[in-house]
Amino acid sequence: MATFAHRNRRSGRRSPLTSAALLLIGLLATGGAYAAFTATSSADAASQTQVTKLTEEGEKLFAANCASCHGLQAEGTEDAPTLIGVGAASVDFQVGTGRMPMAASGPQAEQKPVQFTEEQIAALATWVASLGPGPAIPDERYLQGDGDLAVGAELFRINCAMCHNVAGAGGALTQGKFAPGVVGVSAKHVYEAMITGPQNMPVFNDANISPEDKSAIITYLQYLETSTSPGGLELGSLGPVSEGLFIWIFALGGIVAITVWLTAKSN
Amino acid sequence: MTVTATTTETTASEATAETQVEPGKGMRFVNWGANYIEDRTSLSGFVKELGRKIFPDHWSFMLGEVALYSFVVILLSGTFLTFFFQASMTHVVYDGSYAPLKGVGMSAAMASTLDISFDVRGGLLMRQVHHWAALLFVASVGLHMLRVFFTGAFRKPRELNWVVGFVLFVLAMGEGFTGYSLPDDLLSGNGLRIIDGMVKGIPIIGTWISYLLFGGEFPGEAIVGRLYTLHILLLPALVVAAIGVHLILMIVNKHTQFAGPGRTQGNVVGVPIMPVFAAKAGGFFFIVFGVIMLVASLVTINPIWNYGPYDPSPISAGTQPDWYIGFADGMLRLIPPHLETELWGFTITWYILIPIAVLGLFIVLVAIYPFVEAWITGDKREHHIADRPRNAPTRTAIGAAGVTFYAVMWAAASSDLIATHFRLSVEGVTHFLQAALILGPIIAYLVAKRVCLALQKKDREIALHGFESGRIVRLPGGEYIEVHERLSDYDRWRLVSYEDYAPLMVRPNAKGRITTGTKIRGVLSRWFFEDRIAPVTRSEIEAAHHDH
Repeated sequence: MATFAHRNRRSGRRSPLTSAALLLIGLLATGGAYAAFTATSSADAASQTQVTKLTEEGEKLFAANCASCHGLQAEGTEDAPTLIGVGAASVDFQVGTGRMPMAASGPQAEQKPVQFTEEQIAALATWVASLGPGPAIPDERYLQGDGDLAVGAELFRINCAMCHNVAGAGGALTQGKFAPGVVGVSAKHVYEAMITGPQNMPVFNDANISPEDKSAIITYLQYLETSTSPGGLELGSLGPVSEGLFIWIFALGGIVAITVWLTAKSN
Repeated sequence: MTVTATTTETTASEATAETQVEPGKGMRFVNWGANYIEDRTSLSGFVKELGRKIFPDHWSFMLGEVALYSFVVILLSGTFLTFFFQASMTHVVYDGSYAPLKGVGMSAAMASTLDISFDVRGGLLMRQVHHWAALLFVASVGLHMLRVFFTGAFRKPRELNWVVGFVLFVLAMGEGFTGYSLPDDLLSGNGLRIIDGMVKGIPIIGTWISYLLFGGEFPGEAIVGRLYTLHILLLPALVVAAIGVHLILMIVNKHTQFAGPGRTQGNVVGVPIMPVFAAKAGGFFFIVFGVIMLVASLVTINPIWNYGPYDPSPISAGTQPDWYIGFADGMLRLIPPHLETELWGFTITWYILIPIAVLGLFIVLVAIYPFVEAWITGDKREHHIADRPRNAPTRTAIGAAGVTFYAVMWAAASSDLIATHFRLSVEGVTHFLQAALILGPIIAYLVAKRVCLALQKKDREIALHGFESGRIVRLPGGEYIEVHERLSDYDRWRLVSYEDYAPLMVRPNAKGRITTGTKIRGVLSRWFFEDRIAPVTRSEIEAAHHDH
């Protein structure tokens, strides 16, 4: 096609074959699209059976691992809330970061080694999502870290920094609860946390922070994770407290050691 | 080495014998230069006098030097920063090299600080040098003050110099806080907001002062320029002047020394300024400079690029002031909330007023302590021999209580970080520290006093009977004894030479009356000196010698 057009331009005349070629292209495009559409339909059908399978598997996993607190139909008990309507994103976040199932009750569910495989988590999420509409697992295109960095940084400072610290190092909440550090958390889990509001976190829905803006925040967090610190050691990015401890212990401590050495009597 | 190089001030004035040798070319030039200056200034007497000043050698006597040298580093690096910093709150859009802030609106102050950090060659290093040196400056001033306090070096004739030093400490905190607020980043703006809140909490005048300070409603567009003027003009001038007075008074009063053989209230044993002390001090300056450079080149301080420009709505978790303002922040965190009284339509905010009162009282007590102690003890003598802390148990205990009080407030400023890092609840940490603020100093007082008395007892025991040598000897009669190794006279001197005080006797004055003041003084004096271990006397030592 390219060579054809090229030759055409060189000759400066429209070839008589052009109309035929255009017709051919049009037909191919329509037919191809139709074929693709029917193929998608059959793929949908295939995934539908897969979803049913996942749902069944999820229900079994739920009954075995979650139901003792959340109830057999996820209706909730005295110990744990109902999961009807929390959506797949919530399950994927809680189970995918190891927070659920909880090791022990405490101020909040804490991150620990993940207890299930990817497939099992997907099964659980599918089953819980089937119970009622809720936030879905986010679209890949928002997780690429290609959003607007400066907008993401500003949104992070305004919406997230009061709990998670400007550098994402985490911070204290009331009654032993805390906002964990968020640098190094996978983009998917960051997104899911924003739309589901796990533990004490508020929900940032799409009307509050648009998906593009969430993507920008993820971009900033990935920047924090991958960029090197311009000023040297970061001391945990905790601000003036760690700086004060450092100057007293290491700098002044070192200088005092030197003064002791300088004034020591030689033997 | 120190012992052999030792000179005393009494012998120092003796002229050294000069051997007559034909001077070389270089020496002739130096002589000519010296004469030239001498003819026009008569400086030689001053140099001779100053050059033969004696400085005793002890590591703790060098802490003030650390403060002085870090101040020099602050001046040098600060001058560099003024070349590039713009103390203006004009709105600009950042267009420098730091990608996450590109296109963000901010003040010119913040933008120029970012430029210093990312676009000026060596700028970030100089910023970090300046800030780390500032932290070290205030820290070394604090440690120096503790040394002076615990060795009683503030006693007559040095009370005034204690006050000058105290003023320096306050000025240093002022310098630190104004500097912390200059970059106009989120952290500094939050710090200013707290100050603004405290000022506004003062009844009647608070709001007026706040509007005066910020040139309108907080944050306004004036505060950075005003703080800059204070930071680089007024406060440094006052600091330099106070350092000058501090050093002159130190030379006039002479330096204190610890007790030792040949050291009396009337002399100073140590090395003269020229050449030994000057050489050591010059070298030590570069050591301090080197440590600051090392820290500044390896460790981040105040990453304003993380904080972003100031905006009154956001705040970061873990927002704290620099360490030396921490005690004030901590006091604000410790005061129970909701302490308010509504009176004729006005709200009196006790949770602001009480911290201000407590902090003010604490600071004032530190400033006037030398005069309080002098009044209680009634001691009008000059003191040039520094106390070992254990030999002044009550003072040491008061100091320990003060340090504990300060430390609790200081710790409270990081209550949130203590909670997250030790897995505690922030309320629990706060309640514990609230209790510790009251009980901690009392416990510290009692423990420190008992420890001092115990150490004095131990010293007394060692002075009289020597060290346990660990050598067991069986006597002909079958008795086992452990041989005690007697101290040399030199070592014993340190243990036995301190002043003994006794509580004041309450006596009627000339009119035959006992005034209330005298009574109070008697009670306080008893509190000060009731528990004491008397120094070992000559006869006791001799008696102990006869025993063995």
